[in-house]
Amino acid sequence: MADAAPSHAPQPAGATGVLVLAAGHVAWGRGFGAEGAAVGEVCFNTAMTGYQEVMTDPSYAGQIVTFTFPHIGNVGVNDEDLEAHVDGAVGCVVREDVTVPSNFRSTGTFGDWLAAKGKIGLSGIDTRALTRRIRLLGAPNAVIAHAADGKFDLPALIKRAADWPGLEGMDLARVVSRSGNVEWQGGVWALGKGYGRSPHSPRPHVVAIDYGAKDTIFRNLVKAGAQVTVVPATATLEQVLALDPAGVFLSNGPGDPAATGIYAVPVIQGLLERDVPIFGICLGHQMLGLAAGAKTAKMHQGHRGANHPVKRLEDGVVEITSMNHGFAVDNAALPEGVEETHVSLFDGSNCGIRVKGKRAFGVQYHPEASPGPMDSFYLFERFVGMLG
Amino acid sequence: MPKRTDISSILVIGAGPIIIGQACEFDYSGTQAIKALKEEGYRVVLVNSNPATIMTDPDMADATYIEPITPEVVAAIIAKERPDALLPTMGGQTALNTALALFNDGTLEKYGVTMIGADADAIDKAEDRQRFREAMDRIGLESARSGVAHNVDEAFAVLERTGLPSIIRPSFTLGGTGGGVAYNKAEFEYIVKTGIDASPTNEVLIEESLLGWKEFEMEVVRDRKDNCIIICAIENVDPMGVHTGDSITVAPALTLTDKEYQIMRNASIAVLREIGVETGGSNVQFAVNPADGRLIVIEMNPRVSRSSALASKATGFPIARVAAKLAVGYTLDELTNEITGATPASFEPSIDYVVTKIPRFAFEKFKGAEPLLSTAMKSVGEVMAIGRNFKESMQKALRGLETGLDGFNRVLELEGAGRDEITAALSRQTPDRLLIAAQAFREGFTLEEIHSITSYDPWFLRHIEEIIDEEAAIMRDGLPNDAAGLRRLKAMGFSDKRLSILAVRGIGVAGGMGETSAKRSGLLHDALRAMAGATTEDEVRALRNKLGVHPVFKRIDSCAAEFEAITPYMYSTYEAPLFGEPENEAMPSDRRKIVILGGGPNRIGQGIEFDYCCCHACYALEEVGYETIMINCNPETVSTDYDTSDRLYFEPLTAEDVLEILRVEQQNGELVGVIVQFGGQTPLKLAQALEDAGIPILGTSPDAIDLAEDRERFAKLVNDLGLKQPLNGIARSRDEAVAVAGRIGYPVLMRPSYVLGGRAMEIVDSQAQLDNYITTAVSVSGDSPVLIDQYLRDAIECDVDALCDGTQVVVAGVMQHIEEAGIHSGDSACTLPPYNLPAEIIAEMERQAELLALALGVKGLMNIQFAVKDGDVYLIEVNPRASRTVPFVAKAIGQPVAKVAARVMAGEKLSTFPPFKRTFDYMSVKEAVFPFARFAGVDPVLSPEMKSTGEVMGIDATFPIAFAKSQLGAGTRLPTGGTAFVSVKDSDKPVILPAVRQLIERGFKVIATGGTQRYLAQAGLPVELVNKVAEGRPHIVDKIIDGQIALIFNTTEGWQSLKDSQSIRGSALTGKVPYYTTAAASVAAAQAITALEGAKLEVRSLQDYYSN
Repeated sequence: MADAAPSHAPQPAGATGVLVLAAGHVAWGRGFGAEGAAVGEVCFNTAMTGYQEVMTDPSYAGQIVTFTFPHIGNVGVNDEDLEAHVDGAVGCVVREDVTVPSNFRSTGTFGDWLAAKGKIGLSGIDTRALTRRIRLLGAPNAVIAHAADGKFDLPALIKRAADWPGLEGMDLARVVSRSGNVEWQGGVWALGKGYGRSPHSPRPHVVAIDYGAKDTIFRNLVKAGAQVTVVPATATLEQVLALDPAGVFLSNGPGDPAATGIYAVPVIQGLLERDVPIFGICLGHQMLGLAAGAKTAKMHQGHRGANHPVKRLEDGVVEITSMNHGFAVDNAALPEGVEETHVSLFDGSNCGIRVKGKRAFGVQYHPEASPGPMDSFYLFERFVGMLG
Repeated sequence: MPKRTDISSILVIGAGPIIIGQACEFDYSGTQAIKALKEEGYRVVLVNSNPATIMTDPDMADATYIEPITPEVVAAIIAKERPDALLPTMGGQTALNTALALFNDGTLEKYGVTMIGADADAIDKAEDRQRFREAMDRIGLESARSGVAHNVDEAFAVLERTGLPSIIRPSFTLGGTGGGVAYNKAEFEYIVKTGIDASPTNEVLIEESLLGWKEFEMEVVRDRKDNCIIICAIENVDPMGVHTGDSITVAPALTLTDKEYQIMRNASIAVLREIGVETGGSNVQFAVNPADGRLIVIEMNPRVSRSSALASKATGFPIARVAAKLAVGYTLDELTNEITGATPASFEPSIDYVVTKIPRFAFEKFKGAEPLLSTAMKSVGEVMAIGRNFKESMQKALRGLETGLDGFNRVLELEGAGRDEITAALSRQTPDRLLIAAQAFREGFTLEEIHSITSYDPWFLRHIEEIIDEEAAIMRDGLPNDAAGLRRLKAMGFSDKRLSILAVRGIGVAGGMGETSAKRSGLLHDALRAMAGATTEDEVRALRNKLGVHPVFKRIDSCAAEFEAITPYMYSTYEAPLFGEPENEAMPSDRRKIVILGGGPNRIGQGIEFDYCCCHACYALEEVGYETIMINCNPETVSTDYDTSDRLYFEPLTAEDVLEILRVEQQNGELVGVIVQFGGQTPLKLAQALEDAGIPILGTSPDAIDLAEDRERFAKLVNDLGLKQPLNGIARSRDEAVAVAGRIGYPVLMRPSYVLGGRAMEIVDSQAQLDNYITTAVSVSGDSPVLIDQYLRDAIECDVDALCDGTQVVVAGVMQHIEEAGIHSGDSACTLPPYNLPAEIIAEMERQAELLALALGVKGLMNIQFAVKDGDVYLIEVNPRASRTVPFVAKAIGQPVAKVAARVMAGEKLSTFPPFKRTFDYMSVKEAVFPFARFAGVDPVLSPEMKSTGEVMGIDATFPIAFAKSQLGAGTRLPTGGTAFVSVKDSDKPVILPAVRQLIERGFKVIATGGTQRYLAQAGLPVELVNKVAEGRPHIVDKIIDGQIALIFNTTEGWQSLKDSQSIRGSALTGKVPYYTTAAASVAAAQAITALEGAKLEVRSLQDYYSN
């Protein structure tokens, strides 16, 4: 697809929402959720379920999520399917207007919930065309705007999108991370029971560094038998060690890994030197890789869905995984001390590493799922199992 | 893990004839599997009795056996071919049951055959209700409260636990035959009894009712390393209580949160592991309580299924192909998805559209059957539609169904009806209940009210309500005159036709009247349309063209555009422009292209045979360098497989949808033409619209086809050619009909014009019957006249299939029907070559065929039906297009008849092809297969109305054995002894006499009713008398029910006699006693029984037959 000249299609009647790209392209639709305008990078997700989880995943901070599945909002919203209470995506783009939800767990509509969260929704967009554009031309910076009266100052919106510096070099992990330590309470969700409590018996202590973590990660650590203390992204090595961790967990998170790596990598290197067991997910995996001497590289094409096959190299088993990343550990240039453990069956990109001689490993995908398949829960058990 | 090298040849068992619950989806799956296995270098041996399948084409498998699928016959094939492995998961329940029987009787062990895909224990565990339940208990999954019963007493004990209503499911039956829902004890006892009878193990499962719960299906694929992926989640719009095959379904699941979906995903995989399906595709069905999400496992099928075919077409993941590769040892990580070319096979498809499937029913074919749906499947076909939202997908499916719907058409009977009547209609599980729900919205019912009566999920109902609201707005305001407004309506899936019906021209003048019309829809709207002038479909199209509102085409890529896919598998939708123009992914090529229109949803009279022809057209034209483009909307078919054509559009076969595709295809390259003659009536009906739009039609002209269908024009042609037709006439009123019938003389054959499958066709013996027919069966008017023909009693009927290139005619095959003229040709058994016709009669039919083909200017295929009586040849019908018999003829003569025809249509001459063989050292018999057992209360008798769903073929050196094989293939096991019951009409008595003599010589005891007994006794045969039903008990039906009768010959004449004998046929059907309702078939059966005496059925492959 050639990048056509910016088009300024006249605003159709009834248009109450708009997506304006930094290059000046304008797509009209219908706004829902919060009114106003927000700037971010337009990305997409191909999961067919779990929009509430996606919208509360801090990894999407600074992003506008395009949902490729046309019907979003079908099952409403509830107070359980939340991944974090910090700001994740600033808005979302969908094909279809949100209709009245139908699900026994629903306590409200997606639109009202977005409004309460200050997030903007835009419907009536050819999300497939938008996704294809992102695939071919990269994720554009854009402004998403919603005005019930249909009044938009297009030049101002275009300028705002164009002026936004973008995610590159942006250390969003620091922004979405918790500011203080938290004794994590709560296990995984079960039908009819909701979220479980953490047991009180003495359990191995995991210190989890929050670069913008999804709560379900901590719930899975609890399920696997750990006691979890969450610490901020900027926690120092001393602060982490002061908590006497049996193991350290490195979470997922948003933004440019290079920016976060500046302060995260030295901490992890200190932990590796002391042979503290480490488990990293997504951004945490990349941080571990950098700390162990590997490089990260921007991928030709990012992976964003809940359907990605990964091959576990130790036994060739395939795991179906949830993924959301545009950078990966470069498996063409792994240092001597790092072994690849998982690989994407789609393009052979790295999906997991182990640091040789250490009890440290990470995966690029999301074993906590939510949304997505739970094939990879064993990783939590493996981690907690090494905290002897 | 690489493929297995310890096996080199594999036996694949097909599904046999098309029956309800087992249709051409197994040809689709089996064909994919065979191709996949051959690609890997295995020698493939196939057995399937169904000649209309692509899988039985002689160039598919290495050795193809068109033989009955019974354990004995398959054992003989194994003994002959000595395959290393048996793949039992591609041929539905038939293949599974046969494989299990071969395992249990030791055949597989004896010949060292390994079962691949699923082993005997896994099959048994999945199929045996008790074992399945225990397995679910072990993995902590809930099953419905239930119990197994083998008799009524046990059943009532189970009922204590389950309560009423309860669901009764017989073990080991197809599509739940014999099962049902019982609401009271009497009904319970009745269904339990029929279920026990229907089950081959005389066992039923009785379950707590989950009526009103949501129903889901998960399609799972597993490999030998225990990798499991979900291909598709299907949600039933119809809640629990309607068989999933009869339910409207959507994909993906639309009303689950991710947490619930993952529970179901985990459960599906746990089920496969516990049941032990080693490799391949399986389907797991769940019920979910909408109130609290409680999940119950209903059942699993350890094989590919109708749902897996749907899932493959819905997602672009070729389940059967992958399953076949996994069965020979590959693992998921080693395979790519051939459809996308971009994604690995282990990728779980993500879709960015909504798929809707709607089943198609044939209740109108079965007088006396109530159109009610339950847990036993009754549908005969299905349509699938793809849209970018639920509304578009649903409305496309409704119009693709070809039942006269353009969308949510009004339900006229309920227009203005009282609340009680509408409530009652909503509460009945009828095939059109969703339309009734839409009508209820029009009549003022609230969503909550409709939901509480029907248990349709509110999410679906909301979208239907929005459609109905939008319809009211169109009726009130007319059509929008701007592109965005019209595009918004089109994006909701409204067809031009539907919009034209809704919009009233000059609505501006009508102002307030529009308002009134919208509120009171119904008759007032009609009146308004009449006054103001109706908008036409053409006008709506013109408006769209003026405003530039056209659909765009999106690709099915299994990954929601995350990656680039290569295969052009497309659907239409209406998109708003994103940045500029709406994005169209069709990218038509610059090649010379031919479009083949498919046959749409299967129905009685139009099914796999036509799809076979369409596939062959694709194969043939691709071979000679054209780009082939298929348009069809039937997910069960091979024609909609990804590699059948170069490009596939999964779209409804309406003029609007087809023309929009052609518009795009004509933007690049050269559209050489469209083939409308291969897909049955469906594409033919579009010929006029295509011609009007200036689209070239290949082959025989639509005008010639019309000439053949138009009685008056055709009669003139027949006269001009000096041929003989049965006396006939046409009537546009009751009085005219009486006059015409009087002129011809009774009995006459009556039917409405323009039909396929002999719908509403009847033999009428008297004026009283004629009146009855006119008032109940058809509506006669100037627009829809009734055709009346002289009925040639006891004539021999023949079919001739021929090809013509405009100058030369080649006869492909002459078939002699076994049943006499008057039985629908699709329901008759027939032989190729004829088994007892004089050569000069055959030559005369061929001469007439040639005259007709040249006179009509046929280019391509032509089918002619003749009746032969007293040495005279009468022309019954000419169809200058592909016929139902083409695949049978092709298999019988070993020539690719449809392929040659397609190339002739594209301009090649017949003289450039090698001549067809006309003499054979074997006989081929085709027999029809009927769904009577599905329709309680229906008289299982043959008539001019077609009722069969499928066909089988029997081949052998002699007619009697070939006939016996055809019977066995169709499920009729001819007895070798016991008591035969004979009761035939007077004219049949001399015909039947030698047959009865043969039976007695074979040691049968023969009993007969009054007249027949006297006649046979007078001829010196020891035949005992038995009471007719009206003559006091014990009578013949008592004996049939008691299992004392092994064979029945029963022919009737006249309505009274037919009515009197209905209970004989009914009890024979229930008791599975072979019965013949025509004298000719009875004679053939007696010959077959004689020939079978002491003989073992020999098996021989098609390749072997053809090599001689």
